[in-house]
Amino acid sequence: MTETLKIKNLHVAVGGKPILTGVTMTIRRGEVHALMGPNGSGKSTLAGVIMGHPNYEVTEGTIELNGKDILEWDATERARAGIFMAFQRPMAIPGVKMADFLRHATTNVRKPDRKEGEQLIPMREFRKELRDKMTQLRMDEEFARRYVNDGFSGGEMKRAEILQMAMLRPKFAILDETDSGLDVDAVKLASQSIAEIGGADMGILIITHHDRLLEHNTPDFTHVMLGGRIVETGGVDLARELYTEGYDKVRQRHPEDAAVEKEMAAEKKFVSGVA
Amino acid sequence: MSTAIASTGFSQEAFDVFLAARDEPAWLVDMRRAAWRRFQELPMPSVRDEEWMRTDIRLFKFDRFGLPDLSSPASSHYVGSPLLSAGVNLGGHAVTLDGQTIAAELSTKWTEQGVVYGSLDALVKEYGERLRPYFERRVVDPFKDKFSALHAATWCGGTLLYVPKKVRVDEPLHALSALSSSGVDLGKTLVILDEGAEATMLSETASTSADGGGLHCGSIELIVEQGARLRYVNLQNWGHEVWHFAHQKAHVGREGRLQWTIGALGSRLAKVNQHVALTGPDAEVQVNGVMFTEGRQHLSYNTHQHHEAPYCKSDLLYKAALQDRSRTVWRGMIKVDRDAQRTDAYQRNDNLMLSRDARADSIPGLEIEADDVRCTHGSTSGRVDDQQLFYAMTRGYTRREAVRMIVAGFFQQVFDRITIESVRDALGEAIGRRVSDIKEFATP
Ligand SMILES: Nc1ncnc2c1ncn2[C@@H]1O[C@H](COP(=O)(O)OP(=O)(O)O)[C@@H](O)[C@H]1O
Ligand SMILES: [Mg+2]
Repeated sequence: MTETLKIKNLHVAVGGKPILTGVTMTIRRGEVHALMGPNGSGKSTLAGVIMGHPNYEVTEGTIELNGKDILEWDATERARAGIFMAFQRPMAIPGVKMADFLRHATTNVRKPDRKEGEQLIPMREFRKELRDKMTQLRMDEEFARRYVNDGFSGGEMKRAEILQMAMLRPKFAILDETDSGLDVDAVKLASQSIAEIGGADMGILIITHHDRLLEHNTPDFTHVMLGGRIVETGGVDLARELYTEGYDKVRQRHPEDAAVEKEMAAEKKFVSGVA
Repeated sequence: MSTAIASTGFSQEAFDVFLAARDEPAWLVDMRRAAWRRFQELPMPSVRDEEWMRTDIRLFKFDRFGLPDLSSPASSHYVGSPLLSAGVNLGGHAVTLDGQTIAAELSTKWTEQGVVYGSLDALVKEYGERLRPYFERRVVDPFKDKFSALHAATWCGGTLLYVPKKVRVDEPLHALSALSSSGVDLGKTLVILDEGAEATMLSETASTSADGGGLHCGSIELIVEQGARLRYVNLQNWGHEVWHFAHQKAHVGREGRLQWTIGALGSRLAKVNQHVALTGPDAEVQVNGVMFTEGRQHLSYNTHQHHEAPYCKSDLLYKAALQDRSRTVWRGMIKVDRDAQRTDAYQRNDNLMLSRDARADSIPGLEIEADDVRCTHGSTSGRVDDQQLFYAMTRGYTRREAVRMIVAGFFQQVFDRITIESVRDALGEAIGRRVSDIKEFATP
């Protein structure tokens, strides 16, 4: 039986304000899904809520992993169950070396029942694997000794996210604008690496505005989000239309959702104006 | 375990008995008597004094403690389990218990080169005239407050390190001061590095029981002469009921280097004045501080970076993590004299609040009389960041593991400045133990 991540009629609010208003999507292991949509339409919110971010309140709908409702699980449990997210804006953890961070993370994810204080993956074994993965991603060895995302350039952070995915070997991965901040060659490499890491093994949700990341990861499905809803789902052609022509046509086809989008943007301005 | 405390407290009678039992050079006795008079004259510090405003010691009573009874020498074979010396090749070590030296050793390799290390009480009798000028420098002002005066009058169980000109001691010297329950420690540490000398000293304190009370009223004086290099570490790890009053000061001469690292984990209440004076041109000082508090501990630090000469550099970084209802106070002052042009001075204090009920006060200050200087300061106080926590949790960390990791990382930034590997490890270990005790973490 193929493993699935199933999102059904998901409604999400932040601080009482509705952001997602009925998102439905099923990702099977081995599939590539592209999620596109203008800024502010709710893509990162969907990613965060799948990952279990505590600030997002699910007001309706379900998220199921292989038929199990995971809404009550915290991010730790979801990670250990094989869900991964590459952050649009990764967090720095000063004073904690990338290698140490990852050794701990890798152990926890591979041994989901590990209790705190129990043994980590043997150092030698881990080092070797990390070194191999870094070579594959053409990352300097020095990277492992640097503090997690501390003082990293935008591109370095994104590569570090891919490295983490490579080490954690998730069943389902969400890549939130992993191509932003990378130059052309780096995106190519990232695209290739994601394909190599994922292969037929992973269910991938790629959030992007461009085509490069999709080059080696041809989407089986393309979803367009507008104003907190998925307004269209198509194949690779839809993705192509969106990154060549932008979102105007989509807005024309879905005037009501475009209106919601406008409203959300206006509210956001208002909120940030107050703050 | 010997407690060896005269029941008479810090009375005139007890002081006279104490002096009579010590048989010290006349100049030292005079110094002690002058300080004793001052101790008696000075009032208890009050919350009306700016320096004590945030540190309430109304529950501290001198008459609960007293001078050690020197007629019954501490006979203990206390060894303890020092943190800083584990796995280190030591050049020498010294142990005091309740203000009396119970062990002192220096390898012949160093005695042959004229290095002196051990009990200050014994050595001041042997080398009185040579040590006198250093005492008379009054690096720590004996008249500063009631505690400095009491200490200057009654110090005992002291430790001396003297390194002659150009001698480089490349094996660390270790000192452990131990306190039995409700004991009194009046230890004075005097370190003198003559011109061009080098040394590393690791000193730490410990209580024989973790919840043991007691009093430490002590001083540290570090004299780093021209071109000398000193790395000094002191780890305050008393039991959680100990009152800790300390005056600590360094003089760093021309082209001298001092790296001074303090760790503070213990005591019920600590009031520490940690001063560095850069007395000759091109002197450089680095001060590192690591504090980890819990329960109702209160640690108060007054730091002072005094630039008396031009072209000097001082760099201070204090980091504290606070749990439960504990509290830290840091008041930092950079003072630059008129002649201290081209001063480069920095002070920073970061606090990580691990509970809602903890409190950290951070009060940086600058007093600058020279006009061509670079002086900067900064301070931050915050909780463990929610976004950091979420990030780590998405990598399979439990919330608690994530908190511990973030706290360890917070301190790592100080450890990175510590060039002595064993110290870095030992402090890391001591902090690590505390970190692994973090039980709960208040969700904001
Ligand atoms: N933590 C938050 N607090 C308040 N508003 C938020 C928060 N996260 C997202 N939003 C709002 O939700 C909407 C969708 O944002 P986001 O999911 O980041 O969009 P996208 O990733 O598609 O650009 C925006 O209007 C944004 O302002
Ligand atoms: Mg986004």
